[in-house]
Amino acid sequence: MKSFIYLLIGVGFGIIMYKSEAASWFRIYEMFQFKAFHMYGIIGSALGLGIIMVQFIKRYRIKSFYGEQIVIKPKDKSVSRYLIGGIIFGLGWALAGACPGPMFTLVGAGYIPILIVIASALVGTFVYGLLQSKLPH
Amino acid sequence: MIALERTNNYSMEIIFEPWPWYIAGPLIALIMFILLMVGKKFSMSSNLTTICTMCGADKKVIFFKFDWKAQRWNLIVILGAIIGGFIGSHFLSNDTSVAIHPEVIDNLRNLGFNSAGKSYLPTELYGINALTNTKSLIILIIGGLLVGFGARYAGGCTSGHAISGLSNLQRPSLIAVIGFFIGGLLMVHLLFPLIF
Repeated sequence: MKSFIYLLIGVGFGIIMYKSEAASWFRIYEMFQFKAFHMYGIIGSALGLGIIMVQFIKRYRIKSFYGEQIVIKPKDKSVSRYLIGGIIFGLGWALAGACPGPMFTLVGAGYIPILIVIASALVGTFVYGLLQSKLPH
Repeated sequence: MIALERTNNYSMEIIFEPWPWYIAGPLIALIMFILLMVGKKFSMSSNLTTICTMCGADKKVIFFKFDWKAQRWNLIVILGAIIGGFIGSHFLSNDTSVAIHPEVIDNLRNLGFNSAGKSYLPTELYGINALTNTKSLIILIIGGLLVGFGARYAGGCTSGHAISGLSNLQRPSLIAVIGFFIGGLLMVHLLFPLIF
């Protein structure tokens, strides 16, 4: 039953990513050209509502549907890892035009070359794991 | 009765059009909320780490030593995202071309993207012929490497930092998102003219 819920969440997410064109390389390019409000509207409205939801959960100590405490783990304090990592991610996001969620949506939409992006993203993740101890964090 | 049918047809039509930001954004927030309410988090790039571990990366690198089965739920979410992409493109769209700004179309045509304004993804990179084009392949590979490496280094991607992290008003996520934009702007404005 729980698995089915996760599957439904994913299906919903995939449809939203596809239909909002957030999974389109063109929309990402247009966003970085500041030529349309579309992507900013998507991220901005998701974020505005998200802030309200998270603050609501925290303030009223809302329990999950299964009665457990909802914990949101804070990220470790640092500047370099988020800034350097973020810049590297942004370079790839603009070049491939896809981030890790929409990549999978595009597989379902039938774009075979996205599999190359996913495979390389897995290699990139592995390389990070290899070099982790040598990188500034 | 006829009027009712008309409204139904009209509302059905809207689903087949590209969804506007004020529909998509709140729905994404809803997805994050449901994930929190089932005791999980909205974090797509962690699946890349999980898949590495499943493939045996834990035998070589300590970073990948964790119980991947605890992350099975998130793999089911991305399986759903694949199905959602199929449904969205095959059953919920009449026309999949993306109506980007006319000036952006001109910019892209100048860079050699003739599919701008005519398709969902640039055929130059994501058409089936791209698989036999060395330059396209190199671009896809480098793009993927940067996304995978950068997401892990930054400890999250668009979902984990820009949506859930910022929703929780986390400073690290703000720094990461500023990084995403610095990287994206550098790529599109400085590197694209050199690459394309």
